[in-house]
Amino acid sequence: MVRFLLSKLLYLIPTFLGITIVAFGFVRILPGDPVLLMAGERGVSPERHAELSAQLGFDKPVVMQYFDFLGRLLQGDLGNSLVTKKPVLTEFLALFPATVELGLCAILIATLIGVPVGVLAAIKRGSWFDQISMTSALVGFSMPIFWWGLLLIIFFSGFLGWTPVSGRISLMYYFPQVTGFMLIDSLISGQEGAFTSAVSHLILPSVVLATIPLAVIARQTRSAMLEVMGEDYVRTARAKGMPRRRVIGVHALRNAMIPVVTTIGLQIGVLIAGAILTETIFSWPGIGKWMIDSISRRDYPVVQSGLLLIAGMVMVVNLLVDLTYGLINPRIRAS
Amino acid sequence: MKYLSHGLLAVSALALTTAFAEAKTFVYCSEASPEGFDPSPYTSGTTFDASGHPIYNRLTEFKKGTTEVEPGLAESWEVSEDGTEYTFKLRQGVKFHSNDRFTPTRDFNADDVVFSFQRQGDPNHPWHQYIPGITYEYYTSMDMPNLVKSVEKVDDYTVKFTLNQPEAPFLANIAMPFASIVSKEYADALEAAGTKEDLNNTPIGTGPFRFVAYQKDAVIRYQKNADYWGEAPKIDDLIFAITPDSSVRLQKLKAGECHLMPYPSPADLESIKADDSLKLDEQPGLNVGYLAYNTTVAPFDNPKVRKALNMAINKEAIIQGVFQGAAEPAKNPIPPTMWSYNDAVQDDPYDPEAAKAMLEAEGVTNLSMNIWAMPVQRPYMPNARRTAELMQEDLSKVGVNAQIVSYEWGEYLSKSMEPGRDGAVILGWTGDNGDPDNFLSVLLSCDSAKEGGANRAFWCNEEFSDLLQQAKVTSDQAERTKLYEQAQVIFKDQAPWLTIAHSTQYVPMRSEVSGFVMSPLGDFTFETVDLAE
Repeated sequence: MVRFLLSKLLYLIPTFLGITIVAFGFVRILPGDPVLLMAGERGVSPERHAELSAQLGFDKPVVMQYFDFLGRLLQGDLGNSLVTKKPVLTEFLALFPATVELGLCAILIATLIGVPVGVLAAIKRGSWFDQISMTSALVGFSMPIFWWGLLLIIFFSGFLGWTPVSGRISLMYYFPQVTGFMLIDSLISGQEGAFTSAVSHLILPSVVLATIPLAVIARQTRSAMLEVMGEDYVRTARAKGMPRRRVIGVHALRNAMIPVVTTIGLQIGVLIAGAILTETIFSWPGIGKWMIDSISRRDYPVVQSGLLLIAGMVMVVNLLVDLTYGLINPRIRAS
Repeated sequence: MKYLSHGLLAVSALALTTAFAEAKTFVYCSEASPEGFDPSPYTSGTTFDASGHPIYNRLTEFKKGTTEVEPGLAESWEVSEDGTEYTFKLRQGVKFHSNDRFTPTRDFNADDVVFSFQRQGDPNHPWHQYIPGITYEYYTSMDMPNLVKSVEKVDDYTVKFTLNQPEAPFLANIAMPFASIVSKEYADALEAAGTKEDLNNTPIGTGPFRFVAYQKDAVIRYQKNADYWGEAPKIDDLIFAITPDSSVRLQKLKAGECHLMPYPSPADLESIKADDSLKLDEQPGLNVGYLAYNTTVAPFDNPKVRKALNMAINKEAIIQGVFQGAAEPAKNPIPPTMWSYNDAVQDDPYDPEAAKAMLEAEGVTNLSMNIWAMPVQRPYMPNARRTAELMQEDLSKVGVNAQIVSYEWGEYLSKSMEPGRDGAVILGWTGDNGDPDNFLSVLLSCDSAKEGGANRAFWCNEEFSDLLQQAKVTSDQAERTKLYEQAQVIFKDQAPWLTIAHSTQYVPMRSEVSGFVMSPLGDFTFETVDLAE
């Protein structure tokens, strides 16, 4: 197990270096100059432009800039935002918990609903339940998130008045951030009604963010289950007279879970992409919206370091997924 | 689930009403996050709404709802004969805010004024770069470094500004948020504590509201400044709920989660008017949208050709089709709400037949040109691509073949200022301080036609520029008005632009809100608002 872990960790080093190049290069390939964007319609004199570029280090050759970036990175310095002038890491840490909270809720909803629906659809293959759930999955998978979010807000918040429109908690609650996770902080605050308010604010955005992963997980679970159900060992188990519930729950599901766990792990990337739009609609102060704003302002340090942090996080999640395989399937551990 | 949700809502609704009843809390659904809370290094209106306006004051202020300059932290001022010395008498007894780490020991005085300007103007000032990479772009772009020779304390309540040359818009310039007065005593305390950057994080000012807390990209909280030197705010707490999407802002307003919102989408205006719980304030914006020809390239160097093209384009169709009627056609480069607007100027009529004849008379046939359509939406131009399409159609009727080009926004801004540029550019401007100079000199003077300027017609008319220069050094407003009126006549005659429209600003709010005053400069300020019980 230790060797398995070490080999996985070794792979991370070249991957990480590759990501630094992509993250650094990405925002520079985009046309547009941060100094000009700051000046806007007014314009900036060539002298002032040169002065500002030099101050920001943009006058050096790009390769030099990259090595500067890498050098500072090794010292743990991710740079300062060009717009707010604050350290990128400080901003990331302030916003990251909100995205994690939303992402975890979404993946929880997607898994807790997606897996049982997939299993049921597989068992009752061809039934109306199978038909309806798989059609819904297809619709969910193709849903434009922005439109979907707005639709839910107009219906549930505007028309029915069940949920708040946006934000993380009602504005009347005010307490210091301890963990950055609103569900936990609202409980710690001890203010009456704070926790329920936080929950009610979390419902719509997590449902919206969960939509695509939920559809993918349900479909993946169904097809994995169908495949496993046709295997010899399942037939053998049935032939032995084992109860149906035990056959499905233990023999079939455990084996079917391997591709499903992979799928869930891969959804982390989808979640980040979805978070960008979901956070914008629901005024959710997370890293998705932060990245979008920074890209449109060509805030190089935020985009490159932000991408790096996000990529690093996805890598860690993938590592965890690999380790989970090991737990589910001992054969992977051995190889 | 249904029961549970109803329960949740009931709890929060009840909580909200009790909270609102105890203290008057006003919630503003703002459109974006401020860049910081020091009003001087930043340039966006969003930042000014969150820092300069609620937290700070300036020596001079704009009278509410106008662009007239009135006394602020300066009670009065005297201008020397030659217009280069401004001596300000400061208001006494003005208190700075306090927070949990700082309590002021003295009132506002001349040291604060000198500090606030010197830190921006003097590159060697210890506070000039108190955050690495910080710059003072507004101070620079209003040409303050070349204009201000010195800022001196005469006594505790008198400050003298010496300028290098007379500048009539100076009093309006220092009413702008970048010229806000920060506390020197607070800066000293921060320096001693080694936390200089907190000047930008936990601001202390003299304004109507005291800063309480900011949660990045989510909420800003303020409290009424009970010791405010002016008329105290009627609300107790002010909250900015940052809500970037305009449809969501409207939903929040309808649901009562906020009281007022900026920048509604034009498509939502009808539904806002139809909603009894909401009301809609409107006023003409201090802006202009235009199409700038390259007046240095043939045949656009011929004013008659430019005039003919202007006559070929149907502005009314653009106002209906692009602005959804929420604008008025522009005939001058400055908007009608600005002093010195010359209403006697006649606009070129929409007359394709005459336009065609004029082009032929000038020997222009088979003309092909580019129209540049900006890629972003701005208050002065909601949809440049659509505008360009309408123009293209109109021009084809007079035999001009127009192609539409566009670039990424930063590229657009820089490429459109390249001297040999091919084609006419759609762009616009929103005023900074209500002075006509801030439109005419910035956008149309000979100086601004140089690299780094903003004169995208590259139009340099000596007579026009001379008038502007005269007006700039004249302090008598009646005289300045005459000069600007003449300048507008020259502009119309020479037609470096097609002036498209001045768009209307809308502010939707809940019907219980009273006392909100729209600012012609597009600022959102809340010291006068109140909520009906």
